[in-house]
Amino acid sequence: MLRIGKLPIGLFAGFILIFPWVAGKIPAIQNYTDIMVFVGIYCLITIGLGLLMGYAGQISVGHAAFYGIGAYVSAILTTRYGLNPWFCMFVAVLVTGMIAFLVGAPSLKLKGHYLAMATLAFGIIVFIIFNEETRWTGGPDGMSDIPGLSLFGFYFDTIEKYFFLVWGFVFVILIFTVNIIQSDAGRALRAIHTSEAAANSMGVNVPRFKILVFVYSAILASLAGSLYAHYLNFINPSTFDLFFSIKLLIMIALGGMYNIWGAVIGAGLITFLSNEWLHYFEEFEVIVYGAILLVVTIFLPHGLAGLPGMVKELFVRQKSNE
Amino acid sequence: MSGQIFQYLVTGITVGSVYAMVAVGFNIIYNVTEIINFAQGEFVMLGGLIMVFLHVSLGLPLILAFPATVVLVTMVGVLLDRLAINPIRQPTVLSLIIATIAASILIKGTAMFIWGKDPFDLPAFSGRDPITLLGAVIQPQYFWVIGFLVLVVIVLTFFFDRTIIGKAMSACADNPDAASLVGINVKKMVLLSFALSAAIGAVAGITVTPISLMEYDRGAMLAIKGFGAAVLGGLGSFPGAVIGGLILGAIESLGAGLISSGYKDAFALIVLLFVLFFKPSGIFGNIEISRIKRF
Repeated sequence: MLRIGKLPIGLFAGFILIFPWVAGKIPAIQNYTDIMVFVGIYCLITIGLGLLMGYAGQISVGHAAFYGIGAYVSAILTTRYGLNPWFCMFVAVLVTGMIAFLVGAPSLKLKGHYLAMATLAFGIIVFIIFNEETRWTGGPDGMSDIPGLSLFGFYFDTIEKYFFLVWGFVFVILIFTVNIIQSDAGRALRAIHTSEAAANSMGVNVPRFKILVFVYSAILASLAGSLYAHYLNFINPSTFDLFFSIKLLIMIALGGMYNIWGAVIGAGLITFLSNEWLHYFEEFEVIVYGAILLVVTIFLPHGLAGLPGMVKELFVRQKSNE
Repeated sequence: MSGQIFQYLVTGITVGSVYAMVAVGFNIIYNVTEIINFAQGEFVMLGGLIMVFLHVSLGLPLILAFPATVVLVTMVGVLLDRLAINPIRQPTVLSLIIATIAASILIKGTAMFIWGKDPFDLPAFSGRDPITLLGAVIQPQYFWVIGFLVLVVIVLTFFFDRTIIGKAMSACADNPDAASLVGINVKKMVLLSFALSAAIGAVAGITVTPISLMEYDRGAMLAIKGFGAAVLGGLGSFPGAVIGGLILGAIESLGAGLISSGYKDAFALIVLLFVLFFKPSGIFGNIEISRIKRF
């Protein structure tokens, strides 16, 4: 994650640009553009969550809640008050950022992994609120008729148009995040990752940086939630349950948390697995996910994105043995 | 009205006894390894469902099915350590937590595969004729749940204070490096802590199933509430776990009865968040200890 080459990001941008056109030509993968919209939405969350796990060394088991708050704030403000969707998206980001600060700050000041349990509890509470506050959220039935997005009279009303909108967001966030990592703040984060005590003694305000990363990751999840709501025009609580939070963890563990591409690879693979390739398992796919997470944690601690590095190291070690 | 409140309290203390047992399980593993075991609730779920299988489906008598269930769940605990915790080569707190999360969804998925999604009932140990006391209706099974909590506490106190293995485990909790210097096999103690806390989880699951039934996806909620009890009492403290569990159960029962039943599951979690925010050391914990611990 230290540096991100111009070549890989250029190649990836090229891939995204031609993707809808190629998918449209091949009947077998025609629906892949739609799935790729979700991959983009999830990428927004995993980029932030990967930063939190890989750099701050903290784990959140409640990001589905921030994703859900983004979606519900957008949905409620647009359908009940008729406000401009972009403005609502901005309000959602502010609200989520403040809530994340309130939830994260106390537990991140403590040593250890209280954040995992605090976010788990928070996620379940928010899920219950989505279900119970029927007057606002529509309860388990959810909310429909959420308007689509438009900009200066241009409507993002087809899958292809929305695809480019979402991936536009992803590239902006990707480049912005890489810039953070390469700034002073990024250096502080890397120091925290290597040794919290050493970073502390060099004058890095460790809790402050951890809270910043946590709030940043929550804001990205909120943005993703708003984009999700305006894409499907319908939301209900089951999208934002505990299992989605765990799925996000699986994406990051599988892709690799120490490399920004890990977030993209993980989001892509898991989304295609759950939407396309695991249909055969139906609801037992949870066993597959558990197995993936366990195998990756034991054998691939750096995820798929760390695989080239691992192979290289193996190669070098073998050479030095000769 | 006072009868009703007494009713809520009795129910709350019974449910709280289950949370207390889960919290004790958290503490045993946390004290030895400093891992927060996210799969703790799955032991309770497995205890209930395996008991249903042995006692109801196979027709084994209670006196045989109970210990057999505890042994089987203990084996799951041993497998959890051997297959998920022990193989991690460079363990970090992060990877250990992720491993227990992975194990918990694996266990949950497997339980769904075996038992399906329906809840299962278990005959109460001594019938279901309720006793009326001070205007509250009390099921005999309540006494079994509370009684087993007391038994677990007595046995564990004896184990940690009087036996050499128990003392060795406590030594690992204080300082694993020093413990291994004096010849304690830390890895064995870790394994033992998982076995022990699985066994306690099984007892909780077996005793509560006749009251609240049991289904495959109950684990996560039990785990988070048990953790809430452990934090409320002070993470690592056994008396704290018991008192934390009972208080949490009472708050949940009173909240569901008097305020809103839709938010029943939220009360305990809100208490957990408040404790984390305002007094993370809990009632019996020591803030210094929670700072010194590696995580």
